[in-house]
Amino acid sequence: MDIIITIIYYCLVAFVSAVLIYNFLKTKDWQKEVLTIIVVLPFLLRLFMLK
Amino acid sequence: MTPLIRKLILGFAGLALLVLSGISFYQSRRLKEPVVVSDGVTQVVTLSKYFSGIEGTANDCNIYILEGKEPGATFCILGGTHPEEPAGRLAAWIFAENAVLQKGRLIVVLSANRSATTVTRVGGAYPPDFAIPTSWGEQEFRLGDRWSNPLDQWPDPEVYIHYPSGQYLAYVDVRNLNRCWPGRANGTLTERTTYAFMEMITAEKVDLVIDLHEAELQYPVISTIVTHEKAQDLAAMVSMTLTDMEGFKMGMEFSPKNLHGLSHREIGDHSDAASLLFEAPEPFLDATRGKTTREQLLTGKDDFVVKAGKHGLLFEKIDSSGWPIDKRVGRHTSSILQTMASWSEMHPEKPLVCDSIPRYADVVARGLGRYLRNPAQARPGRIWYE
Repeated sequence: MDIIITIIYYCLVAFVSAVLIYNFLKTKDWQKEVLTIIVVLPFLLRLFMLK
Repeated sequence: MTPLIRKLILGFAGLALLVLSGISFYQSRRLKEPVVVSDGVTQVVTLSKYFSGIEGTANDCNIYILEGKEPGATFCILGGTHPEEPAGRLAAWIFAENAVLQKGRLIVVLSANRSATTVTRVGGAYPPDFAIPTSWGEQEFRLGDRWSNPLDQWPDPEVYIHYPSGQYLAYVDVRNLNRCWPGRANGTLTERTTYAFMEMITAEKVDLVIDLHEAELQYPVISTIVTHEKAQDLAAMVSMTLTDMEGFKMGMEFSPKNLHGLSHREIGDHSDAASLLFEAPEPFLDATRGKTTREQLLTGKDDFVVKAGKHGLLFEKIDSSGWPIDKRVGRHTSSILQTMASWSEMHPEKPLVCDSIPRYADVVARGLGRYLRNPAQARPGRIWYE
């Protein structure tokens, strides 16, 4: 059961990362671009199992 | 600047941050800590020898076994239950690198929750590692955290329900090794780790388990031995002798019967072994501390904690000299040696006699680094890594 929950969790992390990267590419506001880059970093670090 | 160029610049900046921070986290998680085992170490095995369910995980830690020439009692020293309480790990390190048993057996664990040694507290601004000066250079250690690494066990539940008591505990303590005893074979990584230790305690016929810790000065359970009722007489004798003879105060407290998951309660309840937990003071853990630096960790000096003491908020004394790591480690080595001596007096048919370990005064006078051995001079087959 624990392993299934963990897999779902990593799927969620991947989904949120993808949405953030999509928003980064779509937005035309430079402040939102900077914000998105900062926000996506911890998600990617977790997704790649670095932190 | 066109939006495309701006996005490219920001994207590369983010990628650079990801790579640099990723390398830093990766390296600190894998920092190798050498252990040059003493001549008294007769076997080194891994925890999975006792429970295969832990094999290949971050918590399949090394178990150092020392055997005396004559039979006697078997003690187990657990270091690294909470790695961010380094005096416990370092005291166990001194035993693994220096101890020679005359009578009985000693099982030493340096990274009881190895996963927790590979992460630091989120938002705590902890340094990832620290170094102890020695005559041959510095030896680096991972600092670690109180809880298993979220990379090894995640997510946490809303409420942690302890097994087998059913008691509700704080959600984060589902990754706290000292809230997961006695564990279960099909549980979380942390529960499987304590289960494996319980299997080890049974298989090796351990008589006494000593779990080494440190505590913040604002926590009432400090400078004390917490004892299961099986070891009350022993703990009382050790507490009185240390306070009278060693130059530092050591109290004694009973393990609460209705507080579950802790080593001093569950090991005694679920095995033939008795269990003790030792606490030394560590200002680094205090909520009112100043900068969370390596220097603060090792010197135990902190003006803010001293100020808290002046306002009567502490349960242990502190002044401008702080609580250096040598004092904290020395308290643990003396406490263990005194436990062995008092045990042997109370159980002459089953003694435990250990040589070559410094007492409190020796560690304070000569420094902890004096008792760490140079890995460059280790004989083949006598060096291991945590």
